[in-house]
Amino acid sequence: MSTKLFTFKGGVHPPQNKTFTQNVPIENAVDPKIVVIPLSQHIGAPCDPLVAVGDTVKVGQKIGESKAFVSVPVHSSVSGTVKKIEQHQVPGGSKVNCIIIESDGKFEVHESVQPKGNLESLSKDEILSIIKEAGMAGMGGAAFPTHVKLAPPKDKVIDVLLVNGAECEPYLTADHRIMLEKPELVILGIKAIKKALGVEKCYIAIEKNKPDAIEMLQKLAEGEDGIEVCPMEVKYPQGDEKRIINAITGRIVPSGGLPMEVGCVVENVGTVATIGNVFMTGMPAVQRVVTVSGSAVKNPKNIYVRIGTLFKDVIEQCGGYSEEPGKILNGGPMMGIAQFTDEVPVVKGTSGILVFNKKDAQIPEPSNCILCGRCVEACPVYLQPYKISRFSILKKFDEADELHGADCIECGGCSYVCPAKRPLKETISIAKKEILTRRKKAK
Amino acid sequence: MENKLIGSSSPHIRSDETTQKLMLDVIIGLTPALAASIFYFGFNSLILLVASVVAAVVTEYLCERAMGRAITVTDLSAVVTGILLAFNLPASAPWWVAVVGAAFAIAVVKQVFGGLGFNFLNPALAGRAFLMASWSTHMTTGFINPVTDVVASATPLAILKGTATGTLPSVMDMLLGNIPGVIGETSAILLLIGGIYLIYRGTIKWIIPVVYIGTVAVIALVVDGGGMLLYHLFGGGLMLGAFFMATDYSTSPVTDKGKVIFAVGAGVLTMLIRKVGGYPEGVSYSILLMNILTPMIDKYVTPKVFGVAGGVKNEK
Ligand code: SF4
Ligand code: SF4
Repeated sequence: MSTKLFTFKGGVHPPQNKTFTQNVPIENAVDPKIVVIPLSQHIGAPCDPLVAVGDTVKVGQKIGESKAFVSVPVHSSVSGTVKKIEQHQVPGGSKVNCIIIESDGKFEVHESVQPKGNLESLSKDEILSIIKEAGMAGMGGAAFPTHVKLAPPKDKVIDVLLVNGAECEPYLTADHRIMLEKPELVILGIKAIKKALGVEKCYIAIEKNKPDAIEMLQKLAEGEDGIEVCPMEVKYPQGDEKRIINAITGRIVPSGGLPMEVGCVVENVGTVATIGNVFMTGMPAVQRVVTVSGSAVKNPKNIYVRIGTLFKDVIEQCGGYSEEPGKILNGGPMMGIAQFTDEVPVVKGTSGILVFNKKDAQIPEPSNCILCGRCVEACPVYLQPYKISRFSILKKFDEADELHGADCIECGGCSYVCPAKRPLKETISIAKKEILTRRKKAK
Repeated sequence: MENKLIGSSSPHIRSDETTQKLMLDVIIGLTPALAASIFYFGFNSLILLVASVVAAVVTEYLCERAMGRAITVTDLSAVVTGILLAFNLPASAPWWVAVVGAAFAIAVVKQVFGGLGFNFLNPALAGRAFLMASWSTHMTTGFINPVTDVVASATPLAILKGTATGTLPSVMDMLLGNIPGVIGETSAILLLIGGIYLIYRGTIKWIIPVVYIGTVAVIALVVDGGGMLLYHLFGGGLMLGAFFMATDYSTSPVTDKGKVIFAVGAGVLTMLIRKVGGYPEGVSYSILLMNILTPMIDKYVTPKVFGVAGGVKNEK
């Protein structure tokens, strides 16, 4: 293994807290009795339901679809009967239309679920349509439809595929376990994506706190053309796509731009493994690995969960709450979203369910900024968080714009390091939203 | 259960570093020099330190009460100011000078501008400047020689300047602090140890002290030659100023580049005052002058935003 570690400038070192689950093999979830499947689990147009209340459905059956290009279909994760189609709270924070299915406990697989045959015999377009039909959206958190990323406009030449196995969020170990336990699916997924994109070169980025995963994938990559494992320094947000591109290729994605503008596509390793599974078994994205951890979870685990299973059922399988929960998160502690209830479903972007006790859930009171400069040093985008935050609080959004508030990736590093506990990311996000709305209006 | 869940915005974890812990670290860094000041200058030094710290903390409390602000005396920043102000007094100064100086530092320099982080001058140094202007005899005469315990000894820098007569102390005495001077500045070696502790802990960055001292050293070498170098470095307030005053967060630049500019500027000004100006020592005034320039430096010396080609302006 080369000793060179890839990394970026800036960033923070929160305690990793991964030991609770990093050596716990992925466990299959207890079968849910009820699943709540949101018709919108991705960025883009929501789906229209293809089934009606009372219909029977099977595992892998398409139950929602949209005609829009930026959208992916949704599938049933159980076999059973459609009970309701109604608005339901989802982890993203809002209510969206969901299909609620009662499982019959049989898990009969739908006849459309068939292995997709040899990659060699499939054309680029066929691969793309299989990926779209399987409902693939980024599983690292942002949930952008995968086929859209893989079909850039003609004038953008993509030459590098980056597989993001950094998993820099504390607590989360789902991607780590996937790389260890399903490495062949990762490799198969990479081959499919490489073919769809027509690229030669693929780098797998893994933080060096996962030496077993690095070794495992290195072994498999040896037998493959153009797949290389890149050990990364352990630092947050190492897994941000623009940081990964910069660390490994040295390329800089322009402000406000997308990775494709510098010839790169970044896919989360969990997404890649799921794509591998789609080609291997034909089963669309109806399950995902979720890390369940945090101070108020009795037995932290990595669980292979059916999409639509309610958080409380998943937590139940981990022994339930060890003490009264103070906070429940969808995702990691740095960027995850706090939930108001545990009756939200696991969606394609749910990488973790974290439950903190009352004490850990407290956010300390802010005091005056002492101008220590730690936030400036932490920012991976080289912004000046203390200034932008100040302008945002004063509602001086033009000034916040001049300081590039809209380039904030909302990683939370600034808020994390601030000794005065200022709500930096929170206030900068407000400015960012405001700036982007104004820009849209101006157009 | 629902409504009891906390729904705050990410991130959901915070580092355990707090303003209070940082200030405590500074106090720990000052402790060796503080002990030395009591060792060399005795009881009066202790009185000045206590008077100054108590006055600083009480003033902070009273100002915050009066202005209806949150009471922040527990963040220990007033304690730091109190110690630093006392450090800038000669051992023979009466206790009330410490009280007046500390009260002025906190009330006028810090709280009037909005409290910690909003002051643009280092409170301790501005307090010292105020005392200099009001009671200059108490501030510039009466340096006690720790060896002979005689009042009105000349400081090494005053001898160097020729504004006082006397023999220069040995280098060893200067390192240990066995020389006349204000109570906190004399022991170069203990200030250095405290400063290195702060750098090691990450409480302060190395840039300002190293560049500041380096600038003074280079100019001293060029102007006065090697023989006088150590007197310039260790005979006055440079160690105290470079490690503990110029590194004050609120009154020094935020970015690394800004810190370099600040430190070079302070070094040049220090030597300018020492060699050309009217005073034998220039550390405090040069830091104060650079404090004034700091908001400008922070405005214009900014990091280049990732992915933005050239400049900080937005091409709309
Ligand atoms: S300003 Fe934005 S990008 Fe920079 S550290 Fe804060 S949250 Fe991250
Ligand atoms: S980290 Fe906090 S205290 Fe330090 S400069 Fe940034 S906002 Fe101010």
